Amino acid sequence: MTRNAIKGLLLATSILGTAGIAQAADTTLTVESWRNDDLSIWQEKIIPAFEAKNPGIKVVFAPTAPTEYNAALNAKLDAGSAGDLITCRPFDASLELFNKGHLAGLNDLPGMENFSDVAKSAWTTDDGATTFCVPMASVIHGFIYNKDAFDQLGLKVPATEAEFFDVLEKIKAEGSYIPMAMGTKDLWEAATMGYQNIGPTYWKGEEGRKALIKGEQKLTDEGWVEPFRVLAKWKDYLGDGFEAQTYPDSQNLFTLGRAAIYPAGSWEIGLFNTQAQFKMGAFPPPVKNAGDTCYISDHNDIGIGLNAKSANADAAKKFLSFVASPEFADIYANSLPGFFSLNSTAVKMNDPLAQEFVSWREKCKPTIRSTYQILSRGTPNLENETWTESANVINGTDTPEQAAEKLQKGLDSWYKPAK
Amino acid sequence: MSDIPSTHDEMQPIRRPVRWHVGVFLLPALIVYTAVMILPLIETLRLSLFNTVDGQSTFVGLGNFKVLFGDERWAHDFWNALKNNFVFFTIHMLVQNPIGVALAAMLSLPKLRFAAFYRTAIFLPTLLSFVIVGFIWKLILSPIWGVSPFLLDVVGLKSLFSPWLGKPNSALIAVSLISVWQYVGIPMMLIYAALLNIPDEVIEAAECDGVTGWSQFFKIKLPLILPAIGIISILTFVGNFNAFDLIYTVQGALAGPDGSTDILGTLLYRTFFGFQLQLGDRSMGATIATVMFLIILAGVSLYLFVIQRRMRRYQF
Repeated sequence: MTRNAIKGLLLATSILGTAGIAQAADTTLTVESWRNDDLSIWQEKIIPAFEAKNPGIKVVFAPTAPTEYNAALNAKLDAGSAGDLITCRPFDASLELFNKGHLAGLNDLPGMENFSDVAKSAWTTDDGATTFCVPMASVIHGFIYNKDAFDQLGLKVPATEAEFFDVLEKIKAEGSYIPMAMGTKDLWEAATMGYQNIGPTYWKGEEGRKALIKGEQKLTDEGWVEPFRVLAKWKDYLGDGFEAQTYPDSQNLFTLGRAAIYPAGSWEIGLFNTQAQFKMGAFPPPVKNAGDTCYISDHNDIGIGLNAKSANADAAKKFLSFVASPEFADIYANSLPGFFSLNSTAVKMNDPLAQEFVSWREKCKPTIRSTYQILSRGTPNLENETWTESANVINGTDTPEQAAEKLQKGLDSWYKPAK
Repeated sequence: MSDIPSTHDEMQPIRRPVRWHVGVFLLPALIVYTAVMILPLIETLRLSLFNTVDGQSTFVGLGNFKVLFGDERWAHDFWNALKNNFVFFTIHMLVQNPIGVALAAMLSLPKLRFAAFYRTAIFLPTLLSFVIVGFIWKLILSPIWGVSPFLLDVVGLKSLFSPWLGKPNSALIAVSLISVWQYVGIPMMLIYAALLNIPDEVIEAAECDGVTGWSQFFKIKLPLILPAIGIISILTFVGNFNAFDLIYTVQGALAGPDGSTDILGTLLYRTFFGFQLQLGDRSMGATIATVMFLIILAGVSLYLFVIQRRMRRYQF
């Protein structure tokens, strides 16, 4: 992979070099990104598709290592040497770039109408007035299950909370599988795959999340405590010694076929497809009562914006409009199963598991992780606290009520909702 | 050195040449040490007195310290980390150093065979990277793939196993013991050297007086190696209060579960560099670093000025 990436980079620079001499009239756009894993997809699929339709514009994808991206990008932007197009991290990191004047507002960009407000929320100012990045992809939470195991035990995919625990109980009673593969050692599994996965059903997705930001709801309200109560019940269905089970442990337990259900994020699809030797299926977080509206966490992960100081702003805007088009959505989502387009136009995907995940968008209401927007700006950091408390609830260290109270107290100490 | 003649003193017939070479030889070390240790230390102390107010770095006096000790959340995190750090240190003092002394005493027995092998084997973990040590132990203690549940099962004691690293009550002890396992070679080596330094005449004299075996160790050898034990204690103290790496590798930056393994080093890391969605806060980070510096300074001073002066030394 790395060698390919380096080869690709060398190739890219050599092409760029010659292109610059041969076709001086061409405009060249450079894309800053941390997704060096996606280099081949950009070079083989995305860029040719764009260049075919826009003669005279050349695009160069120039990724940096993910861990260095934020620092390198900031330095380049300050020095004025950054590329024309900037791949945007969600929420505060990009918001800061916009506030500093590094990213241009994109409200009037053709194609922006293809995205819902939720899709744009990760790259929109707090007052909702300006959007500064085109949303590219999100990840969806749900549960991946071992289809072979379900068939063998004669189990039906659960739709309600009661059915869900019923299924877990049956798997446990039968005994050949660990009902659910999750550990609390790494903390974030409990929060991201647990609390943020099932939670939106109880706090009613965006409704609850927005009310929390406005200060109309508190984390100690029923909608926010109940997911903790459900999480506490998971304890009995996790593997032996789940307290010391790490994230890779959980992945391996599931792909080796030792566990029946895996609380997942859609980014696992690519890896699981290559590792698991059995058929897999997926189901959305169970609702409380049959017939209730279902909610899913459809969390914005990656977007792309325009460098405010770009000399080729017009060409760059053309590219951004292309990113906002259904065609781009199709290429991207099919090349990277599990990273879903945020475009309102439905994308036809070939991967069945990815199809299953994305189909929930039609019947369920999407929301983003509750702690990401605004609420994690201060100290103590709500996201990090949620990691610790979710693990505490599953471990039985804290009761659901205690956990909620601690989180609210931490939030109260610095967050004053605008009245 | 009060008898060094002043250069202006005309009465002295012999002038000693100015000893330039002393300064010249000291200079490289002094420059390097100043650049990489003293300047950053001063800068850290300075930074702890500043904070960002309205986007400007502003002098706030002891304001950061007031927040650290006065704000309920900060104070809770800080005292929790300090308490854990003391537990971490106590376990090292109670387990690592006595075992180190015992191993050294056994190694120095003249009749012991394969002494060189044991010495090397016990010292080896100290040379390993903490990343390797952390990873190996996480694997050994893993409830899923680990050898420890398997071995306990073999001897029929499976019920004694629990996921130690994942439980708030046992995680800190488990991590401390991993650290003890890694570093027990250092006290062992230092004590071993001290034991070898005891002249044979002293031991022979003791034997003539009928002091042998255990009482020989406690009455003759132990008092003679006390200064070495003192040095080890202070090294352990400084090492433990600067510790960070092992906890970070084994338990992550949040030092879970429930902050039960959070020590000053991990608290500093999270505060200064930030973690996940938490942005780094350099001023508060520097404040914690300053407090750590003061704690270590106080500990070392206590040792140097109170304990070491009262320690009896024997000249042979």
